[in-house]
Amino acid sequence: MSTTLAPQAAAAGAPSGTRSKAKTRSWVGFTFTAPALFLLVVFFFIPVGLCFTLAFTNARLISPEPTQFTGLDNFQRLFEDPLFWKSLRNTAFFAIVVVPVQSALALLLAILVNGQGRAKNFFRTLYFVPVVTSIVVVSILWRFMYAPQGLVNNLLQMVTFNLVDGTDWLNNTSTAMPAIIVMSIWQAVGFHMVIWLSGLQTIPSDQYEAAALDGASEWDKFRFITWPGLKETRTFILVTITIAALGLFAQIQVMTSGGPLDSTSTVVYQAVRTGYSQQQTGYASAISLVFFALVLSISLLQRFLTRDKDVR
Amino acid sequence: MGQHLPRSIVKAVAVAGATAMIATGCAKAGTGGGDANTLTLWTHNGGNKAELAIVKQIVKDYNGSQDQYTVDVKAFPQESYNSAVTAAATSKKLPCILDTDAPNVASWARSGFLAPLDLPQEVVDKNLDSTKGIYQEKLYSIGYYDAALAVFAHKDALEKAGVRIPTVEEPWTAAEFESALDKIKKSGDYDHAFDLGTGDSGTEWWTYGYSPFLQSFGGDLIDRDGYKTADGVLNGDAAKKWAAWFRGMVTKGYAPAKSSVDAFADFQNGKSAMVWTGIWNAGPLGEVKDGVALPPPDFGNGPKIGGGSWQWAVSSSCAKKDAAMDYLAFSLDPKYLAEFADKQSVVPATEEAAAIAGNGWEEGGSKRFFLDESAAFAELRPITPGYPYLTSTFAKAAQDIIAGGDADKILDKAVTDIDADLKANDNYGN
Repeated sequence: MSTTLAPQAAAAGAPSGTRSKAKTRSWVGFTFTAPALFLLVVFFFIPVGLCFTLAFTNARLISPEPTQFTGLDNFQRLFEDPLFWKSLRNTAFFAIVVVPVQSALALLLAILVNGQGRAKNFFRTLYFVPVVTSIVVVSILWRFMYAPQGLVNNLLQMVTFNLVDGTDWLNNTSTAMPAIIVMSIWQAVGFHMVIWLSGLQTIPSDQYEAAALDGASEWDKFRFITWPGLKETRTFILVTITIAALGLFAQIQVMTSGGPLDSTSTVVYQAVRTGYSQQQTGYASAISLVFFALVLSISLLQRFLTRDKDVR
Repeated sequence: MGQHLPRSIVKAVAVAGATAMIATGCAKAGTGGGDANTLTLWTHNGGNKAELAIVKQIVKDYNGSQDQYTVDVKAFPQESYNSAVTAAATSKKLPCILDTDAPNVASWARSGFLAPLDLPQEVVDKNLDSTKGIYQEKLYSIGYYDAALAVFAHKDALEKAGVRIPTVEEPWTAAEFESALDKIKKSGDYDHAFDLGTGDSGTEWWTYGYSPFLQSFGGDLIDRDGYKTADGVLNGDAAKKWAAWFRGMVTKGYAPAKSSVDAFADFQNGKSAMVWTGIWNAGPLGEVKDGVALPPPDFGNGPKIGGGSWQWAVSSSCAKKDAAMDYLAFSLDPKYLAEFADKQSVVPATEEAAAIAGNGWEEGGSKRFFLDESAAFAELRPITPGYPYLTSTFAKAAQDIIAGGDADKILDKAVTDIDADLKANDNYGN
């Protein structure tokens, strides 16, 4: 979006005024962006710069010892740490399941609540409620639901007439991560539904009318009008869900602390635990740096794969 | 329009900036002591009205008792207290007097936050050992009270199963405890014979709650002789026996692998016959008709419970250390300690205080058990600046063991990690 807007604004500004007016305009522009820029610098660029530097030192959270440059020690230690590989696998598993399932489910919901009508507004709000609820609150509630005597197991018993007993969902190595996946999708699906919805509404309705006149089936309409029409939205959703999924942390912190037996430990959780509980700022920075590189390359790869191939 | 807009924005930014500066300026004045004879005091009990009221009472009495100095109380919520202190220390804005959780004392002392205490010896001598923060032979903190762990049990369950009621003088042996659990389980009256309280995912409970069992077996988090390695202590035979016992509680069906969020409530409701908890539940225990507090079993190295609760210290940056020491000495008056024991469920730090506290603390009183138990069994968590790393590593190991991981591997990994951290930090100056 911003890449298309910026040249337009510049083009419109150049011929219309004198030099001094252009100067004033850029002043105004800068003043408007200044607060955001200031926050970005303080809370993003400086920490990122610090992270890059600290990753090559043995910095500690509190210590009288001076910080020393240790070269690649942290990275060597990291790549030899089985917990890191486990966390990476868990994170990848989470992302591989969440990205397609959540985006497909969000699209399905969006199509269902597209159009007008009171009931549709009601459903839109309903699906959106979990998004505006704090993830910490949601996690605590689901912890109760997943308990051995919790809502989930009671429902299972009721539905199956006591045939299925359920398990201690969050305390079982094979169900803990899937349980968190289900909850995370339920919590975030409304957000992406709204984005799909905005994409759906950019498709002109006359295309559907024309297709209806030609006798196209519902599936054909989806296949040849809706799906191509959502191209931009698709890329946006793919990238945002992937980044959000890779950053899985709050649910883990609240619900499982990475357990049982590291089955839900993720890269971000490991970085926070190392940096704060264990006070190893340098090592935690190294984890963050590797994580940053991974997320960046995955996003770039996605951009490359979803690039506009028609433009020559 | 274009001409006016920036100016008003500049103005707004200037106002915001000035506000921020005033705010930080205020903070500076507040922590720095304002006028030279005001001592600022920080405490963690912002969320604990009863305890804060006593602290405020002490301060009021002290301010009234002399007119040279004024102590000014600032209370923080417990969750953000440690980070507030760390942040203040890094920006050199620590208050004169502050309280600290016992296991942090060594770390903070070594980082230069705290000054050694200079209190009259006869005052210090009266306190329970577990209420003193001693690092490298210097006293850095002193507490008004201690907490104590205990096995809270339904007496009926034990009597029905024909189990002897243990005392501080004659605690259960490991075999007696095992047979007690077995008998209670066979009675079928309870879902769990002994709830370990594993529902708490916070790190410190795992170390505070379960390392005493490890110590009772003869293991520990670190070799306290020099604090230079955990090898042979955290992964030795004793530690392996502890791990087998700990996991065995679950596999034998005595304890749930993961307790519910409030294990004590399950005990109150009769779901478990016994629960591993602490003096903070002594109040509600009184409401349980057949509730009793019992010492933990002796697994060979004597029964153990965790020692060390919140204690008071003086910062190294305090300009009026003499006055701060004077305040601390004043505050250790038995009547105040008794007040804490009376209003809070805590073990009073001295005999004198217990004698005047009443309310069950007197000789033969209902709460007396906790004082006797603290004096006999309390074991401090390792006093080393490396404690934050130790506790988080041990907590994870204990969580993995109870979840059914390979104990030998888990303990060896914990030892490797701890030793690597010790090496990276030059043994934390030990």
